[in-house]
Amino acid sequence: MSYAKYGYIFILPFFVIYFIFMLYPLVDTFIVSFKGNGLGPGVIARHESQRDWVGLASYKNILYKSGANHEQFLDSLKNTVIIWVGNFLPQISLSLLLAVWFTDMRVKMPGKGFFKVVMYLPNIITAASVAALFYTLFGGEYGVLNTIIDPKNASLWLGPADVWRARILVMFIQIWMWFGNTMIMLMSGIQGINESLFEAAEIDGANSSQTFWRITFPLLKTIMVYTLLTSMIGGLQMFDIPFMLSGNNNGHVNNEYIKTVACFIYEKFKGTENDMMYGVAGAASVILFFITSILGALVFYVQRDKDAIEKNRKRKEAMKEAKRRAKGGGFSI
Amino acid sequence: MSKITYDTDKGGYQRKVIIKSVLIYIVLVILTIICLAPLWILFVSSTLESSQTSKFTLIPGSYFFKNYKTLTTDETFSKSYLPWYGLRNSLIIAGCCAALTVFFAALTAYGLVVYDFKLKTPAFVFIIAVMMIPTQVTAVGFISLMEKFHLQGKYALLILPSIAPPAVVFFMRQYLLSSFPLDIIEASRIDGASEFRTFLTISIPMMKPAFAVQAIFAFISKWNDYYTQSLVLAVGSDVKKQTLPIMVNSVSSVRNQIDHGAVNFAIFFSIIPVALVYILLSRFIIGGVAAGGVKE
Repeated sequence: MSYAKYGYIFILPFFVIYFIFMLYPLVDTFIVSFKGNGLGPGVIARHESQRDWVGLASYKNILYKSGANHEQFLDSLKNTVIIWVGNFLPQISLSLLLAVWFTDMRVKMPGKGFFKVVMYLPNIITAASVAALFYTLFGGEYGVLNTIIDPKNASLWLGPADVWRARILVMFIQIWMWFGNTMIMLMSGIQGINESLFEAAEIDGANSSQTFWRITFPLLKTIMVYTLLTSMIGGLQMFDIPFMLSGNNNGHVNNEYIKTVACFIYEKFKGTENDMMYGVAGAASVILFFITSILGALVFYVQRDKDAIEKNRKRKEAMKEAKRRAKGGGFSI
Repeated sequence: MSKITYDTDKGGYQRKVIIKSVLIYIVLVILTIICLAPLWILFVSSTLESSQTSKFTLIPGSYFFKNYKTLTTDETFSKSYLPWYGLRNSLIIAGCCAALTVFFAALTAYGLVVYDFKLKTPAFVFIIAVMMIPTQVTAVGFISLMEKFHLQGKYALLILPSIAPPAVVFFMRQYLLSSFPLDIIEASRIDGASEFRTFLTISIPMMKPAFAVQAIFAFISKWNDYYTQSLVLAVGSDVKKQTLPIMVNSVSSVRNQIDHGAVNFAIFFSIIPVALVYILLSRFIIGGVAAGGVKE
């Protein structure tokens, strides 16, 4: 009796739902990107069927210098990169340092569990609430902390003209929310390293920094690259904090300097009726999709099982060899 | 063995370790304060009267219950923030999503591990390939789907996609491969149990640890998912159907016109449920992150 049909039955619900709710919208996003913006003279065509095919016009709109949304898109990409870099570099350094400390057997540290729990805490709090909370602390003239830090310019914080304070605040919140998560991931990476290596280093008289640079760091490379790439993918989608921190109204971001690509897209398909642009939103999404896919492919490339690939290659070679032998002689091809 | 090495210079080594431990401790305490201070300040500001909220203080006031009363009775709030409705709606959505996610992910993973069929490998490769696609890039198509079938404001649109979580399937598959004895299925078949029954009564109890961790993560991530919820339950729609993140955002974007103490209470209220879940289950959660079970 064959049980194969049960395999199909068991995986069917997943695929049906995936195709309807995720694959179809993805394909549709591509289609939308080749259609018009939905803005005719005096008409807003919400429905896809009412919008004409415009080919690559939307892509030109955001990628060409002459395009109406080119500058806005480029600025949002720039903001995303700036905020991501300013969040990732301090975050990974801090997390790595903490991970090394937490896993160092020589340092006596009661309450390790407590610190881990506290440092992961910000990660589980709703981003909407985190944004609202930081707005309470730093937003405009009502902020509690900005009136202390910089009383003269208190009312400018997070306002439309606030460039670097707004960006640094977003970076800070991202670090605050994610360093605990990164730290725990790196810790499990360090714990995966063969302990005898650390013992050997200790016997050889290596100090902490030597142990770190000669053993921990090189062996953590894979997991660090993984963290880097997944953080990049996450960074490209950054939305909640910058969107809500800038005191949005009607899907609009007031502060242009923390407007990320995801905010740009959101604004284009959910904005006020006047500047709704489905085509542009679709095209920007497709571009984002390809960037993410490349990064995602790199993740798998980094994580690939080198031993398994090597084994596979050897097995294939052995099979070729056997075939050649079977053909006779083994000298001619 | 190592003791012998230390004996020559034990005093110096010990002193170094102590100094290092103290320094590390100081840094950790500072970080703990940084992690907790914003939350404490939020709590304090939810206990203050509106006019006091712009002053910095770390001592709670006496307006906690009055702010709650303002929040639940004032008319300006009832247009954007109804705490108990929000709590109920968020619970329904996150709860259903968590249950569906773990059940169907386990079902799919079980199908992929236990049975041999032609499309087994392609199906698994597909799941891996789509694992990294973020919701943001499909949002435009998602909106179009919603408008085509008039699903605005329908919870089904938020809940049903949880049946297909690629990352959780991947995790469950790894779990099954590493700790599920396939012989037991053969035994169950000989006993005359149907395939589905075998899955329900034998494999699910054995997968409890994976279920617990994945359910917690699914619950928290759906509870926090402002993005998708804002697409379906847009601002301007029926407040009674909205979730806490949507309410928090709309109440904080009109904050300049209303009672600050009550706004702060509203924000504080929204973080209590997840904070409670976290305090009760932090061990599972930290363990789950370490096992790489989390995908955000």
